[in-house]
Amino acid sequence: MNRLMIADLQRMWRQGIAISLLLGCGIALFVMTNSSMLSLAKTRQQYYQDYRFGELFTALVRAPNSLADKVAAVPGVQEVQTRIVRDVLLDIPEMVEPASCRLVSIDTAAVNPMNGIHLLLGRFPSDDQRSEVIVSELFAHGHGFQPGDSLTCIMGGRKQKLQIVGIGMSPEYVYVVQPGMLITDDRRFGVVWMPRRQMAAAFNMEGAFNNLSIDLLPKANVDEVIFQVDRLTKRYGGTGAYDREDQISHRRVADEMSQMKTFAFVTPSIFLAVSAFLFNIVFTRLITQQTEQIATLRAFGYRPREIGWHYVQMVILLVVVATIFGWVVGLRLSWWMTSEYIKFFRFPTVDHQFAVTHAVGAVAIGAGAALIGTYAAIRKAIRLQPAEAMRPAAPKDYRGLIAERTGLSKLMTPVGRMVVRRLETNRLATTLSVLGMSLAVAVLVLGSYMRNTIDFVIEFQFEKSQRQDVMLTFVDTLSAASLHDVAHLPGVFAVEPYRTVPVRLRNKTRTRRVGLMGLDTNPDLYRILNDQQQPVSFPVHDGLTVSQKMAELLDAKLGDEIWIDILDRRQPSYRFQIAEVFGNFTDPSAYVNRQQLHALLGEGEQFSGAFLSVDSDAIQDLYAEVKQMPTVAGVVDKNAAEASFRDTVASSTSLMRIVNAVFSGLIALGVIYNCAIIILAERARDLATLRVMGFRRREVSYVLLSELAVITLVSIPIGIPIGYGLSYVATLALDTETHRFPLVIERSTYSYAAIVIVAAASLSALYVRRMLNSLDLVAVLKVKE
Amino acid sequence: MSSFRLNLPDHVQVMKAADKSAGQSSDNSPTSRTAVFTAHGLTKVYRMGEVDVHALRGVDVEMYAGEFVVILGASGSGKSTLLNILGGLDVPTSGRVSFRDQSLTDADEDDLTEYRREHIGFVFQFYNLIASLTAKENVALVADIAKDPLEPEEALRKVGLYDRRDHYPSQLSGGEQQRVAIARAIGKRPDVLLCDEPTGALDVKTGVIVLEAIARINQDLGTLTAVITHNAAIAEMADRVISLSDGRVAEIHVNQNRKEAKELVW
Ligand SMILES: Nc1ncnc2c1ncn2[C@@H]1O[C@H](COP(=O)(O)OP(=O)(O)O)[C@@H](O)[C@H]1O
Ligand SMILES: [Mg+2]
Repeated sequence: MNRLMIADLQRMWRQGIAISLLLGCGIALFVMTNSSMLSLAKTRQQYYQDYRFGELFTALVRAPNSLADKVAAVPGVQEVQTRIVRDVLLDIPEMVEPASCRLVSIDTAAVNPMNGIHLLLGRFPSDDQRSEVIVSELFAHGHGFQPGDSLTCIMGGRKQKLQIVGIGMSPEYVYVVQPGMLITDDRRFGVVWMPRRQMAAAFNMEGAFNNLSIDLLPKANVDEVIFQVDRLTKRYGGTGAYDREDQISHRRVADEMSQMKTFAFVTPSIFLAVSAFLFNIVFTRLITQQTEQIATLRAFGYRPREIGWHYVQMVILLVVVATIFGWVVGLRLSWWMTSEYIKFFRFPTVDHQFAVTHAVGAVAIGAGAALIGTYAAIRKAIRLQPAEAMRPAAPKDYRGLIAERTGLSKLMTPVGRMVVRRLETNRLATTLSVLGMSLAVAVLVLGSYMRNTIDFVIEFQFEKSQRQDVMLTFVDTLSAASLHDVAHLPGVFAVEPYRTVPVRLRNKTRTRRVGLMGLDTNPDLYRILNDQQQPVSFPVHDGLTVSQKMAELLDAKLGDEIWIDILDRRQPSYRFQIAEVFGNFTDPSAYVNRQQLHALLGEGEQFSGAFLSVDSDAIQDLYAEVKQMPTVAGVVDKNAAEASFRDTVASSTSLMRIVNAVFSGLIALGVIYNCAIIILAERARDLATLRVMGFRRREVSYVLLSELAVITLVSIPIGIPIGYGLSYVATLALDTETHRFPLVIERSTYSYAAIVIVAAASLSALYVRRMLNSLDLVAVLKVKE
Repeated sequence: MSSFRLNLPDHVQVMKAADKSAGQSSDNSPTSRTAVFTAHGLTKVYRMGEVDVHALRGVDVEMYAGEFVVILGASGSGKSTLLNILGGLDVPTSGRVSFRDQSLTDADEDDLTEYRREHIGFVFQFYNLIASLTAKENVALVADIAKDPLEPEEALRKVGLYDRRDHYPSQLSGGEQQRVAIARAIGKRPDVLLCDEPTGALDVKTGVIVLEAIARINQDLGTLTAVITHNAAIAEMADRVISLSDGRVAEIHVNQNRKEAKELVW
């Protein structure tokens, strides 16, 4: 039996490799994404633990240091850290648009403090040196800062020079993002750590703080602690305590990881399922082809069990090859993927992991699928009595075929009829081939549609929705009079102010912290678009407009009344009706008419920021003046934001996309190659006959290739809707708590899939043609049918 | 009927090699003995791993236009190898072989294809019909690539299967399938009909019918016909019998009076 195995392998090793590769790709993808996930989860956990990332956070306006002891006394609180945190503009000469940074106070005396800094270069600032700071490493990298360099920031309208003594990172800022921005931008925003004493002096905060970080006892009742902390901090302008889930950096990392989980699970699962299925198909056909060999073995007295075992061994061998390929390639790719990921999500080190459970699971699924398919095929082959299997197949009635009934075959040459009839009579084989190829097409679509979605989101977000050129955020709110100064900045065409206030929305047991945004009735620059890409308007009425995601998070629907707690002041809660729910792809968000928000807050026109439309020629002058404005805390240049979004998203998803594209291409090639080989094997006798009769090589390959061509061409229109379906499933799975993705598949993606399939088919065809040319005519014909 | 076509073109010369062949006694007049095949010193060695199998060990043979040749020999004596070389399916390891004035020894794969296409009709033991084509379509397949084909119906009539032209191979008996294979082989009006054990898979009665069909083709169309068999009885219907033994020509025997296929007994 082993000799048989060796003979079979010698005969079919190429095909075996192609089959293994199919499954191997599925496994590799599974291992890659899951190992990356696991690595990042482990890395993050270790980092949080080593540098004591806080568990609850709250921002306030100004509280006396004595408040800390009261908070520490709340049951469930283990430790309290008070800090001063301020966003300020920076003056970096070589940059046109102002960069800004978050100044965070550090206690230079503390040993292993909460939210600790991992120092990469230099040293910690000394308390008595007035202006020594540590700069976050991506920002330092973006500007080429080294310890010893200096940096100018604008504190309360005065320029102040800061001396960089260290470069570091912190678990609080794994992902550094400027408020109002979607993604990190290492040139425009960074974190700067400064000794507490210097910051207190600069911002007139001696004996006070504006930021609390809390470490909880293991079994603390989080909601109760939050309630107590809010009670204590409210009178100092506390905006409500929140846990890590609402901490920007953590949230982003968590979101990213949950999205990755989709990539890690859904897409690879589809891939794995498809490749296992294809493995099954190909192997089934292979065995069907070996009916005669099986019959011969039976005739020699081999027991069905022994024959079955032979094929099971083959499957195992193929699965082992697939496993080795999948694990090695998958692990290697996971390193690569992790290293791409940590370009934006910064950790001190990466703890590389191998997702053992998933890796084993993937193999089990693949092997299971293969064995089930094989079992069925072998059973069928073994059940045939030896004599029966060696007899030619029962007469086939060709008259019932479509090609015959429609008279189509009358129009064809005998060679054409050969092709059509074989396709039609070997229905199972043809169907399996078409199915396999269709799945390859589908996988190609699945593997590359993300790019369309991303392009769509970018266009939706940056072109259609946001039409401002610049967004300003103010340090404190500005009055209508001060807004005049903004309107008179150089090149400003239009100003659209907004008001935003931190609120907590509550419905039944659900709550959600959000910046409630007050917008004009019909915003012109900063527009909110619904699913149909129509702008949403905010008429003056007693109602909230929330995004679909927010409605889902609150388990609320149109017309429901929900509670609003204003977080940054002592005010009673309000009940508001949900007046409109719009669907789109943005985060959970809530809007209200601006005038109404003013009324709610009992204030006149007070603005948190403004959207500007600016003459592009004057933008440099505008920025030069904005840098001098003490009232401005941050500036977001939309084009820069878009460019950086594109960059980041492009590079962070490119690896995944490349891997998907390559693997789907490989799967396609594997399927087609096997189809081609099988067709060749099944047709070898006929083709040899034609050659003997004097058909030229070209004419004979025409028979084979047209069969392959028909299968390929039929597969494409079938595969495309399947691809759409798979992508739809993947998109559903991408629908995480905070993000929803549209399913956008451009025609170019379908064309791409079609082109790759045709190319793979042509490649396989060329190969098969070569095999055909070296077909041993005499040997083929000597064999009895 | 276009039997004139089978009169060989004027430029075809009588092969000089013909004189060298031993035992070439025939009552045919020398002028009509136009050599179609001339083989000289043919050897064929198959390498099977470590061992060399000598299938042919120096065969000299000639075949003439219009004659009916039977190649007789035990299994493994090299009959098929010789026929395949003559038919352009294989090339000798050494020696020379030509068809009329065209050397087959120097021909490449494409030349051989063209050669088969134009001149050769093959019939094998296993009929090798295309299962998905009817009898008529199987014949038409060849007609499509021939310069001056027989009508497929005409070819089928010659083997007595006109009535069954629309049947698929699986609906025909073995003997009928073999006759379709013959019709297909002659559909292009080949110069040579080569049959490798055409009755090998058939019982006596059907075998006789097949042999009759072959003989009739040979007679009606004047096609040079070579039939391989290991059955000595069949040899009696040949003009000449070339006996092979262990890769060599053991004997060439000329039948003074050919028997009809139905007179054969085996
Ligand atoms: N393709 C081949 N490879 C190796 N040996 C071969 C091959 N074809 C034929 N032979 C050997 O050459 C010898 C002659 O074969 P063949 O011409 O088929 O004999 P016959 O047709 O007279 O039975 C036999 O020993 C056979 O085993
Ligand atoms: Mg033979």
